[in-house]
Amino acid sequence: MSNLNQTMVEKYRNDFLNEVRANVEEGDWVNMCMQCGVCAGSCPLGPYWEHPPQEIFMMIRAGKREEVLTSTSMWMCTSCYNCIARCPRELPITHIMHGLAHYADRLGLAPKEQPTRKFANKFWDNLTKKGRVNELKLGLALYFMNGFMEGIKVAMANQKLGLNMIKTKRMNPMEIIGGHGVKDTSGLHAILKKAREIELAKAEEFKG
Amino acid sequence: MADIIATNETILVVGGGISGMTAALEAAEYGKQVILVEKEAGVGGRVSKLYKYFPKLCHPTCGQEINQRRIKMNPNVRLMTMTEVTEVSGEEGNYSVTLKTSPRYVNNNCTACGDCANAVEAEFDDEMNYGLGKRKGAYLPSRMSFPQQYVLDPRIIGTPDANAAKEACKYDAIDLDMQEESTSITVGAIVWATGWQPYDANKIQPYGYDRFDNVITSVEFERLMDPHGPTGGKLLRPSDGKEAKNIAFIQCAGSRDRNHLKHCSRICCMASLKQTTYVRERYGDDGKSTIYYIDIRAIDRIDNFFQNVKADETVTFIKSKVANIVENKENKNPVLRGVNTEGYDRYENEHDLVVLAVGMQPSVPAGDFPMNVVVNEHGFIEEDESNGGIFAAGCSADALDVNRAVQSATASALRAIQVVNRVAGTEG
Ligand SMILES: Cc1cc2nc3c(=O)[nH]c(=O)nc-3n(C[C@H](O)[C@H](O)[C@H](O)COP(=O)(O)OP(=O)(O)OC[C@H]3O[C@@H](n4cnc5c(N)ncnc54)[C@H](O)[C@@H]3O)c2cc1C
Ligand code: SF4
Ligand code: SF4
Repeated sequence: MSNLNQTMVEKYRNDFLNEVRANVEEGDWVNMCMQCGVCAGSCPLGPYWEHPPQEIFMMIRAGKREEVLTSTSMWMCTSCYNCIARCPRELPITHIMHGLAHYADRLGLAPKEQPTRKFANKFWDNLTKKGRVNELKLGLALYFMNGFMEGIKVAMANQKLGLNMIKTKRMNPMEIIGGHGVKDTSGLHAILKKAREIELAKAEEFKG
Repeated sequence: MADIIATNETILVVGGGISGMTAALEAAEYGKQVILVEKEAGVGGRVSKLYKYFPKLCHPTCGQEINQRRIKMNPNVRLMTMTEVTEVSGEEGNYSVTLKTSPRYVNNNCTACGDCANAVEAEFDDEMNYGLGKRKGAYLPSRMSFPQQYVLDPRIIGTPDANAAKEACKYDAIDLDMQEESTSITVGAIVWATGWQPYDANKIQPYGYDRFDNVITSVEFERLMDPHGPTGGKLLRPSDGKEAKNIAFIQCAGSRDRNHLKHCSRICCMASLKQTTYVRERYGDDGKSTIYYIDIRAIDRIDNFFQNVKADETVTFIKSKVANIVENKENKNPVLRGVNTEGYDRYENEHDLVVLAVGMQPSVPAGDFPMNVVVNEHGFIEEDESNGGIFAAGCSADALDVNRAVQSATASALRAIQVVNRVAGTEG
């Protein structure tokens, strides 16, 4: 168990609902769900989820911490916004799904092999380094996500796509050394650090 | 309408539905002078468009017949149909009111023989049936219409149909020169009873009321059951005129939804429960009703009714707000998709017909009142000191069933009586 996870378990004891409300982005909204089922029925990927959003919200209230945080479900969300458009209580369901996924990841509980989780982390690392996405490095990192041999295979298969992207100036082969970024990288890092501090302070201040 | 005599001891009742009629009669039978104005060509309001009404499941004709007789017998009530209030000024005990009366083109000679309707060719959507059927350009708004007088649709005025109607009338009842009239009156108190209207189902995009023939509203369903309705009382579905036997009811269609009406309309749960008894009445054990709901709100003594419907084996309850409806292109059956909250099972259920239990909203939108009144966030009139001598009755005040609407009307009549009594006291 990660340290952070241990801390949270001790801090909230059996009150998983309040843990979510305090620590998950938009988590406070979970209270507002009336279990109508529209989100679950509206999700285009719904049939493939283990637990649709409606059920996740009920599980949170029922204190099923382990089951929720280790679930692959919220990682299935494609941000289509169908559920948000239809929810009669205007819950920002999409954002809550991402918030839950992010929180589970922070705690080290998210399923390790979940591809969306892996990609999201790679994307974040790539982006935050210089403030710009390095398409080439991100692409390569993705290709080799499942091991070296697999990576070579994927890279060969996508050769043409890569060349076309270079031709249309969508990707620059020079990105492999350094790559472009924002002017003030350290400023960017300071912003991100501050954002994280604010996020943590908010959780600290939360009163159920 | 020069013969209208009203003083600041007169009570004006606006809206001639069950609430307005009740308020007017309570005050008149107590001895007050009452002017009852109704926008449509006859009184009765939305209740007269129901097939039966709970909890006793009587036909609306019975309650209405009594009220109409009471109005007819009581010289204290002055009924003005096709009339709206355009302006109100003044204060409690002394209001100046301007009324606008649209021409009926038919006078009191009318015996309701119907010869004019036979002579006229033009047809229009029938308001009585929420547009499900057609009526002639000369028409009696409903069989129960009170007053029992025909009306000419203004759209036939100036066409050969209008003259044909006039020539056909043996009683010289048709007057094509009638004009819109404006009347100014003084009254002491006002009971506002303009009622409700169904929420516009076209706005509930995922349910496809605007796209699928076999998705209808609860108010339309009432009309299908009426032996004098558009289908002669048969549950025929719009797409192919076949009998619908497997019927879905979707609750909270436009209610309890921040994208539509925020409030619970309170009546629609009971209305759908009632409508499952219609399905049983038509088909016995061969019919099938399925109610899709978030939670059933059957209030107090009406709970018995709920228990009886629950015991009916042809009625199934599915705890789920339907996510969306698609249409089976081959047979035009609506297919309902969603997840059942009890077990989180995904379903895709095909039905012959879907009835949307649409929400109730005030018939006069906030901002359209000809006077200052306090309305709540849902548009219903609030009880408030600053309303002075203006009192809301029935569904102008809230989404209510008939029982509660009538209680509310009686209360408002009493308040109005107190106002005009005070006026009489200070003057006499
Ligand atoms: C599907 C459905 C089924 C229902 N079934 C039942 C049932 O079985 N039992 C039950 O108890 N209740 C039932 N109800 C509720 C019932 O319809 C209401 O309680 C009832 O209509 C309230 O009467 P009202 O007079 O307040 O309003 P209304 O019936 O709306 O009457 C208002 C009157 O005011 C007139 N008016 C409107 N605007 C103006 C204006 N500007 N100027 C002058 N006049 C105006 C209208 O023409 C109308 O005549 C049902 C509702 C729905 C939606
Ligand atoms: S649509 Fe909204 S209210 Fe309904 S179950 Fe989903 S989150 Fe809850
Ligand atoms: S009465 Fe029933 S159907 Fe109508 S809004 Fe309330 S809960 Fe929904």
